Amino acid sequence: MALRHFGAAAAVALTVGMTASPALAVTEIQWWHAMTGPNNDVVVKLANDFNASQSDYKIVPTFKGSYADTLNAGIAAFRAGNAPGIMQVFEVGTATMMAAKGAIKPVSDLMKEQGEKFDPQSYLPAITGYYSTAKGEMLSFPFNSSSMVMWVNLDALKKAGIDAPPKTWPEVFADAKKLHATSPTCGFSSSWITWGLIEQFSAWHNIPIGTKANGLDGFDTVLEFNNPLETKLLENLVELQKDKSYDYSGRTNTGEGRFTSGECGLYMTSSAFYPNVKANAKFNYTAVPMPYFPDVKDAPQNSIIGGASLWVMGGKSKEEYKGIAKFFTFLSDTDRQVYLHEVSGYLPITKAAYDKTKASGFYEKNPILEVPLKELTNKPPTENSRGLRFGGMVQMRDVWSEEIEAALAGKKSAKEALDAAVSRGNQMLRQFERTATK
Amino acid sequence: MENRAIFSGRLLACLLVFPQLAISLIFFYWPAAQALWQSFLVQDAFGLSTEFVWFENYVNLLKTPEYYQAIGTTFFFSLLVVFFSLAFGLLLAVMANRNIAGVQIYRTFLIIPYAVAPAVASVLFIFMFQPGLGMIARALQRNGVDWNPVLNGNHAMILIVVVAVWNQISYNFLFFLAGLQSIPRSVIEAAAIDGARPMRRFWTIVFPLLSPTTFFLIIVNITYAFFNTLGIIDTATEGGPNGSTATLVYKVFLDGKAGSDLGGSAAQSVILMIIVIVLTAIQFRYVEKKVHY
Repeated sequence: MALRHFGAAAAVALTVGMTASPALAVTEIQWWHAMTGPNNDVVVKLANDFNASQSDYKIVPTFKGSYADTLNAGIAAFRAGNAPGIMQVFEVGTATMMAAKGAIKPVSDLMKEQGEKFDPQSYLPAITGYYSTAKGEMLSFPFNSSSMVMWVNLDALKKAGIDAPPKTWPEVFADAKKLHATSPTCGFSSSWITWGLIEQFSAWHNIPIGTKANGLDGFDTVLEFNNPLETKLLENLVELQKDKSYDYSGRTNTGEGRFTSGECGLYMTSSAFYPNVKANAKFNYTAVPMPYFPDVKDAPQNSIIGGASLWVMGGKSKEEYKGIAKFFTFLSDTDRQVYLHEVSGYLPITKAAYDKTKASGFYEKNPILEVPLKELTNKPPTENSRGLRFGGMVQMRDVWSEEIEAALAGKKSAKEALDAAVSRGNQMLRQFERTATK
Repeated sequence: MENRAIFSGRLLACLLVFPQLAISLIFFYWPAAQALWQSFLVQDAFGLSTEFVWFENYVNLLKTPEYYQAIGTTFFFSLLVVFFSLAFGLLLAVMANRNIAGVQIYRTFLIIPYAVAPAVASVLFIFMFQPGLGMIARALQRNGVDWNPVLNGNHAMILIVVVAVWNQISYNFLFFLAGLQSIPRSVIEAAAIDGARPMRRFWTIVFPLLSPTTFFLIIVNITYAFFNTLGIIDTATEGGPNGSTATLVYKVFLDGKAGSDLGGSAAQSVILMIIVIVLTAIQFRYVEKKVHY
């Protein structure tokens, strides 16, 4: 019986193989990505839809682990001469990819060469800025973008006698103290501390993280975020940490459960946390824009993005490039972007998709999803809020986190910690510059 | 007395040694040579530009205070892990080496933790110890202990030591138990007849007779603490907070993999290799003299 099944299966496999073989002219394009769960389904659906829409190219999506794993897998594959056609790389890997001239193919070049219609102006400027050269040429194709917001437990606020979610940092500090009275372990906390407390904070207040437009205009950039404003923020947090009004939750997002469990009433993290909150929070919640210091002129500015973009690898065949270009055109389609936005919780990357979602009344039912968009489009980006591009950013974030931890643990003063973060970071930048420019 | 195997031709001898040699060459000498070579280079992540820099990677390394912190952390961590995993392993082995009902079942249960992968063990313990979520963390906080391994370096160190020890006890238990069972009963019985109490019997007879096992386990456990705890540290603390749980091997991994700093990472791995070679040499030279076979 089992043997007969095997025979039948083999026969089926054989026929499938034979019927598939005349279609060998199809060009396969490998797409390595880091999307898990429902967003993995979205990736697969996009590939299937594209494959069904034409018969010349086949996009083959492959899950390669976390963002860092995917990047490492791509680098290793490139060194072995076997890179995929498309690679999804998180925003902090941008400088690493960009510095690898010859390993990558800039998206603007690709689209021009292949004669695909491509207008960078149609994308949200806060997104394109992050992935473009100083001259405005887009290097990678924006895929999934998010931003940082402040998640609010409305029930906890009410219990603590607070009427409305905080808008400014002084309000956050005051509310954190009141919330702490009702929750002994945590009033306010945050995830992705360097993204939130250094990178987003600087953009939001229109102050630089480093010179050369935060590295976008060249690798010879020098860090300078050890400024009075940043020091003031950290000093306040150190003070609140003493009685756990602010309570540190780690470098990445492992502490996010402290919001959904109701432990921390205020929580700063990615807008992409939305599906999780929706599924798990058993209280009234909302998300509001990141807080700002009201004494800073013209604050808030605009926020910057997180998430990832798609990079095209160098040295591929003409057919592959043709297929990738067609796939990107397919992805830019307004209806497809609207769908992506509504199903994944990530941001729409084109203005048209944003407008269409807005017109459909989607945000009236889902106001939280519009918060990060409002932050990103709050004002036209400046030198300090276009984005950032520092070499070795993955490692650098660890170094910055280490120093922030030293301050919060009371081992260093806020100023000492930030000075150390800047000088250690600058050493890494010089090392990167050395290999990147040759 | 002379009991050596004598081979008539060189060929057969070479043939017999070859597989072992080949494995050593491919899996140890070749990668070690690669690391050495890489440590003299500065290279970008994609390997597109390479510069030969002599000892610059080493010089940079020895200029960073964090590197010395990592050396200290490694020795402190290894000392704790080796001591506690051996002590508990021995204690459990002595307890399980008695004639009691169901001893086989106890032994089996004691061996099971070894089958748990380090990363899985970490995750289990993180669930229990995570502030705000874990049961043990909540219990500690209720009882006035301000438990927070994400911010308190000592707490983070305790966490990884507990996981590393827990993960290694079974292995030590297994060897100690085998060692205990090979000690002739008659020796212990003779001592008992002479009136030696159990503690005295243990420290004067059993423990010295276990010395070959202990020596072997010390070396294995040091190697374990130095190298194999990478997964535990990565899942439990990621070297934090403030670098307080970043051991040498974790730094090699972090700088090489996450940081794509292959030259610096290679230099670190060469230094680490030298440290372990020296440590092992010292043990064979001095500690082994105290071992009675």
